[in-house]
Amino acid sequence: MSANMVALAYLVASVFFILALKGLSSPESARRGNLFGMVGMAIAVATTLTLTENWVLILGCIAVGGVIGAIVAKRVQMTAMPELVAFMHSLVGLAAVFIAVSAVNNPVSFGLPEILPMGSKLELFLGTFIGAMTWSGSVIAFLKLSGRMSGTPVVFSGQHMLNLLLAIIMIGLGLWFFFSETTNWTAFIAMTAIAFLLGFLIIIPIGGADMPVVISMLNSYSGWAAAGIGFSIGNPMLIIAGSLVGSSGAILSYIMCKAMNRPFLSVILGGFGSDGGAASSDDGTQKTYRSGSADDAAFMLGNSDSVIIVPGYGLAVARAQHAIKELAEMLHEKGVNVRFAIHPVAGRMPGHMNVLLAEAEIPYEQVLEMDEINSDFSDTDVVLVLGANDVVNPAAYVKGSPIYGMPILDAQKARTVMVVKRSMAVGYAGLDNELFYMDKTMMIFGDAKKVVENMLKAL
Amino acid sequence: MIGEIDPFIINLTIFVLAIFVGYHVVWNVTPALHTPLMSVTNAISSIIIVGAMLAAGPAETDWGVWLGAAAVTLAAVNVFGGFLVSQRMLEMFKKKDKKGNT
Repeated sequence: MSANMVALAYLVASVFFILALKGLSSPESARRGNLFGMVGMAIAVATTLTLTENWVLILGCIAVGGVIGAIVAKRVQMTAMPELVAFMHSLVGLAAVFIAVSAVNNPVSFGLPEILPMGSKLELFLGTFIGAMTWSGSVIAFLKLSGRMSGTPVVFSGQHMLNLLLAIIMIGLGLWFFFSETTNWTAFIAMTAIAFLLGFLIIIPIGGADMPVVISMLNSYSGWAAAGIGFSIGNPMLIIAGSLVGSSGAILSYIMCKAMNRPFLSVILGGFGSDGGAASSDDGTQKTYRSGSADDAAFMLGNSDSVIIVPGYGLAVARAQHAIKELAEMLHEKGVNVRFAIHPVAGRMPGHMNVLLAEAEIPYEQVLEMDEINSDFSDTDVVLVLGANDVVNPAAYVKGSPIYGMPILDAQKARTVMVVKRSMAVGYAGLDNELFYMDKTMMIFGDAKKVVENMLKAL
Repeated sequence: MIGEIDPFIINLTIFVLAIFVGYHVVWNVTPALHTPLMSVTNAISSIIIVGAMLAAGPAETDWGVWLGAAAVTLAAVNVFGGFLVSQRMLEMFKKKDKKGNT
């Protein structure tokens, strides 16, 4: 194929990738969008194949990787999606490093001059460094999310200084690499090693609850790594696809930070949640709360006109999604208007709770985002809070509270609030929740799944 | 005039414009689909498989080619894993009015 034909085919593939993301604007068009993505990728791979000579080797590798990928995609639990995504980011990062090393070794196979010009060296430096950080950062994120490594932040004194020092050394090595007349492998390898190390060091101080931000950020990195490789080998399609992914991840990080009311920089610098005994706003008096049984709750739910269910990650931990779906269906049959309200950080990654509810076959029309449903709480008879805490804490409206300004679901505005919880323990932010002590609130203690099953029996 | 422009500048132009396209397209993605968005973008970022294939391409096989082959395998896991898991998730977001509970 002529170079122009190849470039045109890559352009077509790039348009398909844009259409893939565009399709995700609504659940109806999303499957078609995903299909567009696959078509784009198929075009890109088929076109590239014509430029290579080792067809057997390449197709063999694609087959092996493809089978592994297909098996993983089929078997993974929906609750484990964050780990899977982190794992896949790590693969992109590592592949980017391999490609960059290979390009330094044999620039001619990428259509680059035998002796790399300075510009190409800079681009390869960027691609390698972002790729290496993506790999090691994602490995840590994967270990933390899958529980193989504790989610508590790892902090030590001088951490930021160390990172800064390493970054400076890395840039120094990069400069050495640029200004060497022949290929300076020592500088290149040392620089890559430091980038790997930096990836580890940057992610270890970030706590478990900030993982939605981290995973979005790594999503963004993996895109920039692809774009960096695109610059190195002068391939506009890689630049376009990489930028799409990079900006997508950046936007998701922004949305997550905003939903937690945490500045991006403070998430990245890490250490949140490591200070144990903070935020004790006790005024000395023992506050009283009202507790009830699942039967009482079921009676009230059955007699209400409108119910909003606020699910949190606790719901998924208790594997209560299917039970809650049956409860919603049963109430629906009794003529109750049942809806679900999702806070942006309700799961372990952006949109995670929506997927978990969709898996339980809860129609997505009943599942509403915070902005869509918040004004309806005041007209609602019963709000059922399941495994959520900080996202319904009215302290977010109190000046001086640590979570002041965080957008919350206005559960406190409903006529009756029911909270299913294991105990009165505080949530992740370490704050007491005023909502639990309101006169209209009924606490139902126990495992979310058992409580919901008992409600089902009582109905 | 085009001939005088450094290819880097052309690539930079594409890069900046693509970021704008990405920005606008992604803000239109419904929040309910943010997890599938991540898995789809993840699959798209494995477009670096193109770079990996070029690295594995030359007939003279040296260690760089094998490194490229390893990268092809890694990226292929991502291409298939990413698109298939997205498809699996998006199947769950189908309308369920056939069950007659409307």
